[in-house]
Amino acid sequence: MAVDEKYQAIAIGASAGGLYALSSLFEQLPAEYPLPVMVIQHRAKDQKELLEEVLQNKCKMIIKQADEKEKIKRGIIYIAPPGYHLLVEQDQTLSLSSDELESFSRPSINVLFETAAEVYREKLIGVILTGANSDGASGVVAIRKNGGLTIAQDPQEAQYPQMPQAAIDNGVDHIWTLKEIQGFLNQLFVQHRNEKD
Amino acid sequence: MSFDASEFRKLLESIRFLYGYDFTDYSEASMKRRVAHFIRGRKINSLEELGRILLRDEDTFEEFIQEVSVTVTEMFRDPSFYKSLRDKVIKRLATYPTIKIWIAGCATGEEVYSIAILLNEYDLLERSIIYATDINQKSLQIAKEGLYPIANMKTYTENYIKAGGKKSFSEYYKAKYDSVLFNKMLRQNVVLSPHNLTADKSFNEFQLIICRNVLIYFNQNLQDKVINLFYESLCPLGFLGLGGKESLLFASRRKYFEEIVKKERIYMKTE
Repeated sequence: MAVDEKYQAIAIGASAGGLYALSSLFEQLPAEYPLPVMVIQHRAKDQKELLEEVLQNKCKMIIKQADEKEKIKRGIIYIAPPGYHLLVEQDQTLSLSSDELESFSRPSINVLFETAAEVYREKLIGVILTGANSDGASGVVAIRKNGGLTIAQDPQEAQYPQMPQAAIDNGVDHIWTLKEIQGFLNQLFVQHRNEKD
Repeated sequence: MSFDASEFRKLLESIRFLYGYDFTDYSEASMKRRVAHFIRGRKINSLEELGRILLRDEDTFEEFIQEVSVTVTEMFRDPSFYKSLRDKVIKRLATYPTIKIWIAGCATGEEVYSIAILLNEYDLLERSIIYATDINQKSLQIAKEGLYPIANMKTYTENYIKAGGKKSFSEYYKAKYDSVLFNKMLRQNVVLSPHNLTADKSFNEFQLIICRNVLIYFNQNLQDKVINLFYESLCPLGFLGLGGKESLLFASRRKYFEEIVKKERIYMKTE
């Protein structure tokens, strides 16, 4: 089985301290990465596209703020716009909502994880990074229920341990350092490339 | 809670058939979450059970509609949008003897008061009529009362200032316990009325239509239909303001609109 069939998408949730964690994960990923990546980073509403610009400067993959009804494509990192929930639809398009905050957040990691889990099921990888709240904790449960893979950043390493810890308390498959997560994401690409050759 | 896709569509179809509320062209993921929320809150066990209840119990159906169609908003949400209205739209509106504005999907009215405040600061409120519509009757009731939690005023005041507000924001309301009541003068020319964008027709001609964060809930098909309705409801050279992440991308009429402030999604009908 080709690796891109084993996994179809990656969803990542980050909050306080997320910029450093996200850029260290994405820095090494090649432009032709075989999976789409969807990211929730909690941030102030008036930040507009600052995060996207900073990340794009460091990454080879295309970084873009998610648009509604956008078709999800491999090799692109989609980031939820400030002030909107990001959801995945059954036809593998993205949608946005300005519904109530969930886990005190909009965008909320739970909303992305729960909707993505229903679409990608066992082919979804969910990653919870540094943060000072517990958003994403019920999201990882949804991913696991659907057979997907869940990873939390090692709280000992995370700049803010609460968020990965809350996910761990609900049960995750792996507790890894950023370096280990990065190695895992890279290896998905290497395997994919080798299988293609 | 995950729903069987065909079960879910069947429920929406029967709601449309029996009650005339059409959610079949709504983006599914949000709709499902709202329905799941209702089901959990009522301790209903399945989609099937919900379907049975809704079809025989009109009161529960009414509550269901109120709950799944509710939208959240704030005053001067996205201040730069209102700043652009001040800078690029207001002067053009001032040239009309009577200014007719439609706020479609006005939710609980925060945007209505924001627009009224804006018009008031250019001495245009008295000769404006603001038609504010929503599918949700409970939301309209809140809009009518003009009573909002005092806890929100800090954000709203900041928004107001960022939007280019010229006065002290607190001049517009009176604090009352943990709420504030907005000045009656602001709604002197506001007409609040139920309107269903998915089914109802155009009802007037406007110089400005504002519909923000409503289209994101609709699929491409319904977005196109609604933009068409706005097109038909705008006077020549009338303005259309959408939400920050919305666009005319899926509208067959997009060629008949000119971008006035691209980033703020403010358009003008050209022909």
